[in-house]
Amino acid sequence: MTTNKRGLAQQLWDFFCSLRLTIFLLIGLALTSIIGTVIQQGPQREYLATLSETKIRLYSALGFFDMYHSWWFILLLYLLTLNLICCSIKRLPRVWKIVSEPVLVMDEAFQKSLTSVKELKLRGGKSELKDKLASLLKAEFAAPVVTERDGAYHLFAQKNRWCRLGVYVVHFSIIIIFIGALIGSFFGYKGYVNIPEGGAISQVATRGGKMVDLGYQVRCEKFTVTFYDTGAPKEFKSLLTVLENGQPVPGYQSVPVIVNDPLTYKGVTFYQSSYGPSDEGALYHISVRNRSTGAQVKLDGRQGERLALPGGAFLSVMEATQDVRPFMKGFDGPGAQVEFTPAGGKPQPFVILSSRYDSFNAEHGGDLIITFDGMDQKFFTGLQVANDPGVLVVWLGCLLMVIGICMAFFMSHKRVWARISDDGVTVGGSASKNPAGFEMSFDELVQKLNKA
Amino acid sequence: MSSSMLFNVTMIVYMVSTCIFFAFLASRSKAVGLAGTYAALFGFLVQTAAIGLRWKESYDQGHGHAPLSNLFESVVFFSWTIILIFLVIDFKYKYRAIGFFVVPFALFGMAWAQLGLDSGIEPLVPALQSNWLVYHVITCFLGYAAFAVACGISIMYLLREKLEQTGGNSPAGGVLSMFPSIKILDDLNYKAIMIGFPLLTLGIVTGAAWANYAWGTYWSWDPKETWSLIVWFVYAAFLHARITRGWVGRRAAILSIIGFAATIFCYLGVNLLLSGLHSYGK
Repeated sequence: MTTNKRGLAQQLWDFFCSLRLTIFLLIGLALTSIIGTVIQQGPQREYLATLSETKIRLYSALGFFDMYHSWWFILLLYLLTLNLICCSIKRLPRVWKIVSEPVLVMDEAFQKSLTSVKELKLRGGKSELKDKLASLLKAEFAAPVVTERDGAYHLFAQKNRWCRLGVYVVHFSIIIIFIGALIGSFFGYKGYVNIPEGGAISQVATRGGKMVDLGYQVRCEKFTVTFYDTGAPKEFKSLLTVLENGQPVPGYQSVPVIVNDPLTYKGVTFYQSSYGPSDEGALYHISVRNRSTGAQVKLDGRQGERLALPGGAFLSVMEATQDVRPFMKGFDGPGAQVEFTPAGGKPQPFVILSSRYDSFNAEHGGDLIITFDGMDQKFFTGLQVANDPGVLVVWLGCLLMVIGICMAFFMSHKRVWARISDDGVTVGGSASKNPAGFEMSFDELVQKLNKA
Repeated sequence: MSSSMLFNVTMIVYMVSTCIFFAFLASRSKAVGLAGTYAALFGFLVQTAAIGLRWKESYDQGHGHAPLSNLFESVVFFSWTIILIFLVIDFKYKYRAIGFFVVPFALFGMAWAQLGLDSGIEPLVPALQSNWLVYHVITCFLGYAAFAVACGISIMYLLREKLEQTGGNSPAGGVLSMFPSIKILDDLNYKAIMIGFPLLTLGIVTGAAWANYAWGTYWSWDPKETWSLIVWFVYAAFLHARITRGWVGRRAAILSIIGFAATIFCYLGVNLLLSGLHSYGK
């Protein structure tokens, strides 16, 4: 019974230490990850409407609508973590021994395991040769350790021994990144908030549907959007003020927040994300001038409101913009789509622009020339809100990963031994990577040592 | 002189270079092989000048930015990085035959960009107005380029392996005889991926850093992010497979080709077929 149990434990251990499991898990993760890029995540109504009912039932049973958080995907990630921990535990002691307890003496048996071995043509006193070679090695390669055994001197020098740990640094970094992600998901939140211009908020709705109290207020002083000549957006900017107990916090007054430049206060960061017209609606400014008398009236109105004009006509603004460039080639400035109803006539829709385009505006309106003087549009700004205490841990993991990969890929643990005995001088060497490259530098080193 | 003209010159030079590399395989003359490399180098210099000029042209238009902001610019940059990685490997290992399997990737990129894509210089939308753009795009594309080179080498591996199995009696044997041996090709495949993997890792990390800086989330399982991770998984599997018996040679070459197919899907397929955060690359 006990042997059976031990056998099972041993089998489990071997299973989790196996590289085949690693390859299986990596390819499995790669293949399953595809699902979530094909099936839209977070079921959206329009998307669901395109699927049959059986498909919807099947997909939700398998967790495909939130695939990357489904139990089986998380399980694969845990298995990978377990696998790399077991692999590291199994292999690290052996590698650690190479790093911490180097073989100082190259004996006959060890010499046979080395790929690069050369006899030097040096003659002379052993002690004298030892000093010469030691100083040469120090100058050309690395300072050697000298051991005297069985009437022979043994020199050992090495470079970059730590790079052998690179692989384990990478494995460790993955665990660190996972820990950072867990800290973020347990102790942080992601949310979203709309603030109208002039308004303030003190709570944020998280993605999980909870309300979080910030403990302070954030006020949106102003929101502006600017465009390039092409009509493409150039900048979305909110001016935000942080208020503690109703008082603006020094240094946090009217801070400009744009895309790629967020505001952070007390661990919570606010990112410019979207915008829209505030519920209040825009106030449109219109001038009306009589063609013959030149008498001018100024009017203000909101969208759809019927404004009475001198002479019994009516005007409603249907739609307006601060900048007509994206809609009308060759024009700029404010513009409005209006509906003009002459006294006793039928409604006529047309576009009016600013006073700079007087002749354009004069094309319509009967006795009247109607000019659009602009608008006061209040916006709301949409801010992404994040509080992620795990993010620094994640960056630490990423940094370790990059360092580990560079250690593992671009550095090589090079070792050189020399044995000075009555039979002559023998030099051996080995490298953890790029044997062909090491062979060349080893031959060069041997040539230099031969001149000692 | 405009950058567009220089891009045309680049395209023609890459075509010439490809032809010279084919002549090298047919003639087996070392001088011809060297000429192919120099042609690629010349094309690379012209393309470097063209990219620089396009950068300047964007400043002349009043909204200067690095030419890395839309599909045209990224395809051009991709072909530039492919030639860069090819030249590094070529000058280091001097196996000229690789040119015939790698330069065409760059040629295809240039031809597609010049003939099929909108080359207008557009100002940067707010989401791209960040220095992270440069770090992120450069690291990602250098990684992609190394994988393209590895893919070319892997195709050579599969062709050459067939030749060695049949004993070199096929009519194509003459051309294939200029290929390095399968052992060397296997090693070069590994070396190219050793260049690409750290760069892809850096590309993903800089992307995550940028996403966190701009949106407050370093990872949101957006299709682009997910596909970059898929590519990372495939090459991680490749690297682990190297230390397991039976996964070198043929299987490694196939894995490298699959990896590059995933890379291309990550780069183009996601933008053209799926929706997500990287939609400005259309």
